[in-house]
Amino acid sequence: MNFTTLILIFFPFLIALVLFAFRLQQAKWIALITSLLELAFSFYMLFQFNKNESVQFVFNLPWITSLGLSFSVGLDGISLLLVLLTNVLVPFIILSSFGKTYGTPFTFSGLILTMQSALIGVFAARDGLLFYLFWEMALIPIYFICLIWGGENRGRITLKFFIYTLAGSLFMLIALVYLYLHTPNKTFDIIALYEAGRALPIHDQNLIFWGLFVAFAIKMPVFPFHTWQPDTYTVAPAQGTMLLSGIMLKMGIYGLIRWLVPVVPLAFKEWGSTAIVLSVIGIIYASAIALVQKDYKRLIAYSSIAHVGLIAAGLLTWTTLGVQGAMIQMLSHGIIAVGLFFIVEIIFERTKSRSLDELGGIRNIAPSLTAVFIIIMLGSVALPLTSGFVGEFLLINSLFQYQYLIGGVAGLTIILGAVYMLVAFQRAMSGETNLITSTFTDLTISEKLVLFPIVIIILLMGIFPNFILDVSEPAVNNLILQLNQTAAAIK
Amino acid sequence: MNAIYVISGLGILALVAEVFSFQRLLNALVLIGLVAAAFLLVKDGETSTAYFNNMIILSEAARGAILLMIIITALWVWMSTDYLAPEETKTDRTSLILFVLTGGVLMVSFGNMAMLFLGIETLSLSLYTLAGSRKNSLSSTEAAFKYFLMGSFATGFLLFGVALVYGATGAFDVQGITNKLLNHADTIPIFFHVGVILILVGLAFKISAVPFHFWAPDVYEGAPTHITALMATVVKIAGVIAFYQILIMFYDVSSTWHLALETMTVLTLLIPNVAAVLQNSAKRMLAYSSVGHIGFVLLTMISFNSNDGVYSPASKVIFYYLAAYSVASLASFNIVAIVEKNTGHVSIANFKGLFKRNPLLAVSLTIALLSLAGIPPLAGFFGKYMVFVLAILSGNILLALLGIVASLIGVYYYFRIIGAMYFQEGHGEPIEISLSIRVWMFVMIGLSFGLAIFADFILGR
Repeated sequence: MNFTTLILIFFPFLIALVLFAFRLQQAKWIALITSLLELAFSFYMLFQFNKNESVQFVFNLPWITSLGLSFSVGLDGISLLLVLLTNVLVPFIILSSFGKTYGTPFTFSGLILTMQSALIGVFAARDGLLFYLFWEMALIPIYFICLIWGGENRGRITLKFFIYTLAGSLFMLIALVYLYLHTPNKTFDIIALYEAGRALPIHDQNLIFWGLFVAFAIKMPVFPFHTWQPDTYTVAPAQGTMLLSGIMLKMGIYGLIRWLVPVVPLAFKEWGSTAIVLSVIGIIYASAIALVQKDYKRLIAYSSIAHVGLIAAGLLTWTTLGVQGAMIQMLSHGIIAVGLFFIVEIIFERTKSRSLDELGGIRNIAPSLTAVFIIIMLGSVALPLTSGFVGEFLLINSLFQYQYLIGGVAGLTIILGAVYMLVAFQRAMSGETNLITSTFTDLTISEKLVLFPIVIIILLMGIFPNFILDVSEPAVNNLILQLNQTAAAIK
Repeated sequence: MNAIYVISGLGILALVAEVFSFQRLLNALVLIGLVAAAFLLVKDGETSTAYFNNMIILSEAARGAILLMIIITALWVWMSTDYLAPEETKTDRTSLILFVLTGGVLMVSFGNMAMLFLGIETLSLSLYTLAGSRKNSLSSTEAAFKYFLMGSFATGFLLFGVALVYGATGAFDVQGITNKLLNHADTIPIFFHVGVILILVGLAFKISAVPFHFWAPDVYEGAPTHITALMATVVKIAGVIAFYQILIMFYDVSSTWHLALETMTVLTLLIPNVAAVLQNSAKRMLAYSSVGHIGFVLLTMISFNSNDGVYSPASKVIFYYLAAYSVASLASFNIVAIVEKNTGHVSIANFKGLFKRNPLLAVSLTIALLSLAGIPPLAGFFGKYMVFVLAILSGNILLALLGIVASLIGVYYYFRIIGAMYFQEGHGEPIEISLSIRVWMFVMIGLSFGLAIFADFILGR
């Protein structure tokens, strides 16, 4: 038995329970220290990690045997990178809340830490039902974060978000149960589910494919399942939006890699292209809407849909290029999204406005904010030497190899992205300083502590992407190889 | 079966408490007695045994249900010290509660139709009185009267059914009836089937399955909230298990009742859940939701097949579901009672800002409602999950889908209360609760999680 993964999952949750139980007022500091310890611990695991082996740090304990549920967790390269992303982002998210006072800080920090536990659980689960449990567990803290500290109309919007995603995950649950009933030993173990899924006839596989795909598509979100997203991102408090777009959306993409394509390869062969087309439609659709957005936060929310569409499309080509591109782009998008949403929050906090019509001239009085903003934005529009470039390049490349027309249309995302990001930047930051922005102050220490490291990470990932690609490559190749073998065996 | 002596003995003891003036000790005595009864029950062993010339058959399903009812009653007595407090009514109320429990015990372990009838009447008569126990309140009196009328009506159906079945088989006891069904199936007259249906209708009233549920919302709303809590938990458990035993007893003629039961399941899943959405009173909404939960139990009941005996997965699933549901229901009704006492009303608006007024109450209610809504990793989720798996296994995929839709609707109305508690600014004073209730809340939270985490232990029973 290897307890490292178990500690990794439950350490934040335990601290969260302590925060709730003792109602500590210094909760922010405790949460920050916890998340830093957790980060250090995940780096320790990264160095212990053997790149050439598949699943490591496995912990497996039967839990509810009559339901076939066991507490089975472990990490391979793909999981490890996402755990790393989670643990890198959470300290930033907690630190970003230092400038603002939230009522009952222990609730706020506790919920973030609970969320962190659930997210790591999602990425580490090696048991279908356990995956589902963590998947739902992640939904509850974010719901309360949005409900308690959100903006206008939050009751209605968060409830829509909750029911939307819950409905999606119930489809997933049915699909998983169906697979479970077809395993010989009645177990939710991932290997058994893979085998059960691959042995099913094409008709059943198709049903399972769509059951799972809808759940993941809602979470990401992919067109046409995105309607909850802009409202929720806009109404959520900044930290909630960061959690949602930085990490939670990656649950859906991770689901595609781990729980969709390997489970039902035949159905994937049949419907994969449809899913790619949906994702590409989402790219264009979201970019087009982003072009005309007046609300800065909403604009970034739509840009998030576009980016995720590209990730999903590239991933679903199921080539090493596409999946690896998706991996690095997930990390890059997570970092950049946190940075962008934080900057919009900073602007909103000081001017009480997010409208591009009202803002203007911030560049003249806030040079460090402007510098940081430019780099993060360039990362977002995939300029070479930033992290965004590597991922988008790989993804679009894979799409071109898949089908040049789709690749061409998806490639528009770079152009459209550049247009709406630069136009928005121009309108908000340059021009004449006006009444609203005249009292603007530059970054504070705690804001710098968040944004400077983010900039450094964006540049480092852009210059040395191989460091990350190496970690996930064996796991990705392994998955793709497995699928090709199954396809060959069936032929 | 010494447990039944202890429970009914406790009831009589409570009656004489006023004479010998030890009312102050009564709560403690009752709790000790219930623990003793639970202990005796567990000590009886696990095999199915018959008592009193087959009048009572203590099967494993019955044993589990009795244990659950005793535990829930004990938790109820713990939370209801306020309700039991007034000196002049303390002894009556306590003894009536214990008689409700006695009736419940007889209902789930009947070995003879006469015993079933006795159990139902013992339980119901006590409950009619309790529903009207707030004598000055118009709604309480109305609830008692409605409950009494509907209850007697239902008992009429039941008795008529029993009489018809007796006419056809010549037997009152379960063994005799099943023997007759097994050995002389061809000679059974047609009115036997009418009898079976009538018995089921009588019991459907008791568990408030749609379309026999009309009394439930009014009675639940009108009765004192603590009594509503008792009705939604202990009484439901007794009714459901009795219903289940009857179904097993008449399994050989399942073609008679299967379609009727299926229709009832569909209606019970849909109608109460939709009706709950429209409610503004939290108490009435919970009443509808508790009717809706019966739908999931019924879904389990149509999903068992002939190979399952009483020890089947279906009975375990029902037991688990009832346990999860009762714990969550008891907690939510108690919090509704506390809010009612504090603000005077039970509309959802009264829950606004509860998180600020008393965080523990808000968090406990949230966990209870999340469990009722079936959100993992709480006990309610595993209960629903097992129901769905069982339904899919037995080929009722469409009904399972319907159940999922029903539980999604459930999420919507439960979250209306949750939403009100957290985000709307509260008007109202902070709510103070006693240490004992505070501990009770933690016990309920622990149970909601514990039932889920140690599900294997409970299913192993």
